[in-house]
Amino acid sequence: MTNENLIHYIHSIADNSLILGQRLSELCGHGPTLETDIAMTNIALDLFGQTRSYFQYAAELSNEDLTEDDIAFLRKERDYKNVLLVEQPNTDFAYIIVRQYFFDVYHYLLLKQLENSKNVNLQNIAKKSLKEVAYHRRFSGDWLKRLGDGTEESHERVQKAINDLWVYTDELFHMNEDDKIVANAGFGVDNSSLKDEYYQIISDLIKQATLEVPEIQYFQKGGKKGIHTEHMGYILSEMQYMQLAYPNMKW
Amino acid sequence: MSNVEKNTSQNEKSKSLEDIFEAKIARDEKIEPKDWMPEKYRKTHIRQISQHAHSEIVGMLPEGNWISRAPSLRRKVALLAKVQDEAGHGLYLYSACETLGISREEMYEQLHSGKAKYSSIFNYPTLTWADMGAIGWLVDGAAIINQVPLCSTSFGPYARAMVRVCKEESFHQRQGYEIMMTLCNGTQEQKDMAQDALNRWWWPSLMMLGPTDDESIHTEQSMKWKLKRKTNDELRQQFIDQTVPQADILGLKIPDEDLKYNNDTGHYDFGKIDWDEFWQVVKGHGPCNKERLKARNEAWDNGAWVRDAAVAYAEKHTDDESIRKAI
Ligand SMILES: [Fe+2]
Ligand SMILES: [Fe+2]
Ligand SMILES: [Fe+2]
Repeated sequence: MTNENLIHYIHSIADNSLILGQRLSELCGHGPTLETDIAMTNIALDLFGQTRSYFQYAAELSNEDLTEDDIAFLRKERDYKNVLLVEQPNTDFAYIIVRQYFFDVYHYLLLKQLENSKNVNLQNIAKKSLKEVAYHRRFSGDWLKRLGDGTEESHERVQKAINDLWVYTDELFHMNEDDKIVANAGFGVDNSSLKDEYYQIISDLIKQATLEVPEIQYFQKGGKKGIHTEHMGYILSEMQYMQLAYPNMKW
Repeated sequence: MSNVEKNTSQNEKSKSLEDIFEAKIARDEKIEPKDWMPEKYRKTHIRQISQHAHSEIVGMLPEGNWISRAPSLRRKVALLAKVQDEAGHGLYLYSACETLGISREEMYEQLHSGKAKYSSIFNYPTLTWADMGAIGWLVDGAAIINQVPLCSTSFGPYARAMVRVCKEESFHQRQGYEIMMTLCNGTQEQKDMAQDALNRWWWPSLMMLGPTDDESIHTEQSMKWKLKRKTNDELRQQFIDQTVPQADILGLKIPDEDLKYNNDTGHYDFGKIDWDEFWQVVKGHGPCNKERLKARNEAWDNGAWVRDAAVAYAEKHTDDESIRKAI
């Protein structure tokens, strides 16, 4: 395992947090109640906090003179390795909650394994993040139940969101070359080992929410190889705007 | 007892209640929601506290506009946390106001229909990153000047909310000033950005302290109830005296040719405020009044089915305590 492998592995974990945080922060001030607004902002803040810990560590590992911001803002689209799920738009509150729940359960299982990493830095970040993500998962899971077993309208909307976003769940368990090398070295997690438990957990909750588990067998993939949906370019052009318009400045 | 006699004794009773009430305020004791209060006191407080709450909530929008474009992760997190604080302020203030017998839904309805006012400053657009610095420095700065006296206002729930709010506002102000400082220590482009933001936010910030005293309708009564301790003009002077030296440290120029330190008064003299612009914005014709109200209305309308679902779920699952509490 080279430093390069490890850096790429860290990027791919952190990019999920960064891009989902970016999506959530678009909502700040526009939520259905003040309380949900505050709660979702908390989740975004946690995700950005995690992103910073990962990128600071990745910057340390790098031979170049990099900062967390260089990594966050100055890569090309193909170098972001987040899964397609997290870049999906804020179509409505049902999509926001389902996207969140689908990610949170994966995120939780991943961090629980990453706590056992042979790498102390990753261990520590995982330990700290796990507490936060346990809360995220409870928040999104509770809302999934409310929407599923709420009104007829909420039931329909959340079922539609589940059906549409289901196709992005399989990619969570894909491993690119760096992932495999880092997992083999005992530093990273073998994502494929999380898959059965993941589908068990989300299927149970979907049923508990009086909703149906989709029987879709075709999945979308690409993010882990840097091949994103059309949404990604717009996310980045907003996120990178200042750094590109005013290069090499301190903020 | 005849009707006339009944009314007279009713009047005497409320007269003595009012005396007790006024005496309490004069002794600097707090009025609590369960205490007797004159109808006018209740109404005035509902108006002021709900307007204040609306200002916090609408105030999230201009700064929220830059979260996704913040130039660094550190700034992004700080801005997001700041805007979240404003949501928290709105929440305490709506709760304080609810103790006076108005529901949050009613208050929202007043905001969304355009009937209720909120601070006009939030009807100006945020055009560059430097606006995040200028708003923290000037707008949160002016808010503190307005609000510190309210920490000892007569209505207990409002006073207590203000103590918490003011602590966070002063943190926001320092954060805003620090953004300005970083820009002013940066490249020429960054300095220009900072100066441009000051140019655009200076006069609206002065207006934020309210119309000039002879045009302010509520001042006298509000003074008695400690809703106000200084007049708008006094507060404005305090803001200017405090802010000019801060601009000097930044190396920025306040956009007022008439601004000059007056050795006799010990205060800064300043130029004429464009009150026509102020009233235009107050009356709903500022640069972003329509956008701000539209954003609030959309958030509320798009959230209706979500709130309905939460209520329906809670009714079906009365056993599920954690779910009920979380709504
Ligand atoms: Fe505030
Ligand atoms: Fe405020
Ligand atoms: Fe503030």
